[in-house]
Amino acid sequence: MGIRGFGPTPAKAFEQAALAMTAVIADLSLVRLEKEIEIELEAPKLDLLLIDWINALVFEMADKRMVFGAFNVDIENGRLKGRAFGETISRERHAPAVEVKGATFTELAVVEDRPALWRAQCVIDV
Amino acid sequence: MDISRFEKISDTEWRIAPFGAMRAPGVIYATESLLVEMDDKVFEQVTNVAMLPGIVRASYAMPDAHWGYGFPIGGVAAFDPKAGGVVSAGGVGFDVSCGVRTHLTGLSRDQIISVQEELADALYAHVPVGVGSEGDIGLDTAEMTAMLTGGAKWALERGWGRPEDLGRIEEQGCVDGADPAAVSDHARQRQRREMGTLGSGNHYLEVQEIAEIFDEAIAASYGLARGECVVTIHCGSRGLGHQIGTEFLREMVISSEQFGIVLPDRELACAPINSELGQRYLGAMRAAINCALANREIIGHLTRQVFARSFRHGELPLMFDVSHNTCKLETHDIDGEARELFVHRKGATRAFGPSHASLPEALRPSGQPVLIGGSMGAGSYVMAGIAKSEQKAFSSACHGAGRRMSRHAATRMWSGRQILDALRAQGIIVKSPSMRGVAEEAPGAYKDVRVVVDSAEASGLAKKVAYLRPLICIKG
Repeated sequence: MGIRGFGPTPAKAFEQAALAMTAVIADLSLVRLEKEIEIELEAPKLDLLLIDWINALVFEMADKRMVFGAFNVDIENGRLKGRAFGETISRERHAPAVEVKGATFTELAVVEDRPALWRAQCVIDV
Repeated sequence: MDISRFEKISDTEWRIAPFGAMRAPGVIYATESLLVEMDDKVFEQVTNVAMLPGIVRASYAMPDAHWGYGFPIGGVAAFDPKAGGVVSAGGVGFDVSCGVRTHLTGLSRDQIISVQEELADALYAHVPVGVGSEGDIGLDTAEMTAMLTGGAKWALERGWGRPEDLGRIEEQGCVDGADPAAVSDHARQRQRREMGTLGSGNHYLEVQEIAEIFDEAIAASYGLARGECVVTIHCGSRGLGHQIGTEFLREMVISSEQFGIVLPDRELACAPINSELGQRYLGAMRAAINCALANREIIGHLTRQVFARSFRHGELPLMFDVSHNTCKLETHDIDGEARELFVHRKGATRAFGPSHASLPEALRPSGQPVLIGGSMGAGSYVMAGIAKSEQKAFSSACHGAGRRMSRHAATRMWSGRQILDALRAQGIIVKSPSMRGVAEEAPGAYKDVRVVVDSAEASGLAKKVAYLRPLICIKG
């Protein structure tokens, strides 16, 4: 399953990619933004940072049995500070379709397609 | 797929002569129609795998091959550590040791049908299934380590399983060489509450009717009788395996340059078997295999509890348990010489022929059971390993039908309710927490498993033994 986010900055594109990833699992409109998780990461390249960002979210969802519905990301000098907002997953209310196992390097790209339009994408294994 | 790029060896064997950086040929086992349907990416991935150091004989793809990450799903490749061979996290996949087990019930179709709805409800209630589901088994640090070392033996010692199960599981339920110290805290953390859970996606628990027998003698030796029912469980190493795959894939991608390995695709990330990273991955991957074997043993136990309540008969002897996402050290005959090779099977099933030393006594005359999972509607097959598969693809066969349509495309084509109703009209009860999940797993989203299995048999990879038709499907 491919996920792709667009935004005026890499950080905004990362937020959109995270939304695409969580939409694979559940209907985002059903997710209440009750809890907040903070994530801090560092990577030498933007594409590795995207992989790490998605995988950190996958880990948090699995570990805390959560589903997310909104994200906030800042990226500065290869450092990412992110916040994920969501709630404890409910089989009945969210009817999650599939769990994400991890982000792959397939079709991985973080590129500026034209000025102020960044694309962040990869294939996730489900 | 453009078949003009292949040399046709037979109706079901297609060879790609080495070109560019390929160190060995590529071979795809499939009928012409299956080959034509395959994504061009399969060709690219088979040839990419053939470029890896230390590859022996050829890079193979099974009849159900489709586009994977690095290796194709349905890919088989063996590497010799003495020839600089590599181990690849992408060659095993994220769901380490995902596999299938089949239990015999001795119950007739009529006995199942008489309680079909109640049995489906009871299985759905008792076996944790779907995203976010949790098992009742919590593991502290010491128990986690014991599980990662002991596999199904560990489960049995804790009261989940029957002693005779072990002989019917690959490696007798516990693979040697697991290194729990190579398993990260994150991987352990992800597994704390996931023992005995089925997961989601294409994982399932099915009650199936043995609807057709193709080889009476082998079927009888496996305990399969037409009209009786079996329970088949498909799942893997859950969050622990996913996390190990994730972490080592990243580490191998970053480290490839230091090993001087030029990768045609980053996802082929690998490390020399004899490197520290290669050995550490093998230790972690084997621990994940043990996790998967323990997990399936526990789910088998939960299934027995349900049958014991429904039928006062919960023995459910294990017919066999076999994985299809692994890298295993095996001895193979290469031009008359016995060589120890690391065989990657990614979406491919080990298929040892008759007399193989690793098989339990009762199965040696027939060969290893090869369990092929189909879709919810099309059913599944039991095949048997045959001697000539050794020379074909290191004793390997297909593992399922293989997707022909993406999950997204499937949801545009069908609704979950539509699929449930259509299957119920065919006598198949499906229980799932997610209607979208059901739509994504629609039978029409998969290739025709009969064609895949026929192709595997015609290729000399394995022999058809029985066809299993689902009556109940618990889907994650």
